[in-house]
Amino acid sequence: MSTNTLTRSEVGGKSGDKIFSGATLAAGCLILAVLFGVAAFLVIQALPIFSADPTDITGGEGFGSYIFPIVIGTIIAASIALLIATPLGIGVALFISHYAPRRLAQGFGYLVDLLAAIPSVVYGAWGYAVLAPQLAVGYGWLAENLGWLPIFEGPASQTGRTILTAGIVLAVMVLPIITSLSREIFLQTPTLHEEAALAMGATRLEMIRMAVLPFARAGIVSAAMLGLGRALGETMAVALVLSGGALTASLIQSGNQTIAAEIALNFPEAFGLRLSELIAAGLVLFVITLAVNIIARWIISRHKEFSGAN
Amino acid sequence: MSNRIDVKDLNVYYSKFLAVEDVNINIEARSVTAFIGPSGCGKSTFLRTLNRMHEVIPGARVEGEVLLDGDNLYDSAVDPVTVRGRIGMVFQRPNPFPTMSIRDNVLAGVKLNNKRISKSDADSLVEKSLRGANLWNEVKDRLARPGSGLSGGQQQRLCIARAIAVSPQVILMDEPCSALDPISTLAIEDLINELKAEYTVVIVTHNMQQAARVSDKTAFFNIAGTGKPGKLIEYGETTTIFNNPAVKATEDYVSGRFG
Repeated sequence: MSTNTLTRSEVGGKSGDKIFSGATLAAGCLILAVLFGVAAFLVIQALPIFSADPTDITGGEGFGSYIFPIVIGTIIAASIALLIATPLGIGVALFISHYAPRRLAQGFGYLVDLLAAIPSVVYGAWGYAVLAPQLAVGYGWLAENLGWLPIFEGPASQTGRTILTAGIVLAVMVLPIITSLSREIFLQTPTLHEEAALAMGATRLEMIRMAVLPFARAGIVSAAMLGLGRALGETMAVALVLSGGALTASLIQSGNQTIAAEIALNFPEAFGLRLSELIAAGLVLFVITLAVNIIARWIISRHKEFSGAN
Repeated sequence: MSNRIDVKDLNVYYSKFLAVEDVNINIEARSVTAFIGPSGCGKSTFLRTLNRMHEVIPGARVEGEVLLDGDNLYDSAVDPVTVRGRIGMVFQRPNPFPTMSIRDNVLAGVKLNNKRISKSDADSLVEKSLRGANLWNEVKDRLARPGSGLSGGQQQRLCIARAIAVSPQVILMDEPCSALDPISTLAIEDLINELKAEYTVVIVTHNMQQAARVSDKTAFFNIAGTGKPGKLIEYGETTTIFNNPAVKATEDYVSGRFG
């Protein structure tokens, strides 16, 4: 008989291997299916809005002029959050990874992670009840002394429930994301490169600038983008803190609104065309988040050659 | 300046553990000194105490004195950063900065401490350092390319160029060829021979032929057993250490009878 003896396998577990690879494939497909399902839901439900009479849409001037102010509001709130949280998060992460004594660093790391465990509604309540009244005093000062800047134009909100307060609350919320991701990356810096820098007479700061930060660059961008993703989509905290309204340039007056808060505040009473409107707003938020991620990936890939991966 | 190093009664500790005990050694200026010995005998640890790089490891400390031209490195007023600027180091595995170009790698140490350097000065320093490391002809057309794209041997020569660019007085090398092929090893050894005209070179190696080929003087380190401190057993002219050692353990080691 001329059967190929190599086709007969004496090792067991071949079927186990197949089952496992099938399971991973299914898990991978499931993610895609969910993603496409959500996207399809958003598009189908939002469709009526594009054929509707512009005067029927909230504001009476079509979907474009309805969505534009809240897109800008969303971007302002998220940018404030990121501007505050990124440098702060990198600083905290560097302290934990390279400056703090080892025992202190560990406890401190847990503490920062704990910040992420606080529910967003609690942040919202804190921002509303504690932070906003405190900041209102500062806003009064800003309006008096820096009022010539459009972003600090008075009259300042008496309650402090402004887009700047919302941005600061968001910053506190995204801080643990940025910090813990950056810290993990900083800790992975090859000792080889840190020692290379130290051995030529670099101080600790110079070593961090020469070896740690370049190595962690892509990681920091991803951390910031993940933080931005949370800041863009955060609903409850903004809905509680911000006393929303029309788009204004001033960050210390009431006014402005974010997409997520707009949807949350209006969804329970919405039906018909209004419902489609809110879902279309959700679609816009989805597209913004997607764009942010694509841009982040592009930034990371631009310097691939110098990343040390080759 | 003569760039000699004198070590007096040096003990190295990791927390409470005594890693290297009672080393006395005088390293000649402008010569190559090799440290040999079995793994774990403390020769790398000792080498790192010569530019205070062991302090990177938490809990590491020394007792005793290391004098560079008579100045104690461990004087309480001395900043380790200054010491490392004078005494450069090349590591076991080539470690150019992956995010920097070849040119920036060479200039990395020079640009520290916010030192300003004009472009033409930088250009000539890059060329001089890379020529000094026998790498110029291989990389002169791709100075803007990442240093991590070079071969292992080229990367190690880049690291040597980076070390000599800051014009140190002494260069320490911790098994610089252990990750390299024989051709690259030969290139580094030739380079070490040229370097001793200007610098004091101290090299740790596991390769006894290498020690015999490149060094003027050789120090043999050994430990009595696991958990015991490493000691300097014998130090002398390389030819003496290899051909006519005074101590039995040295003879056993260099003749390959143990280790």
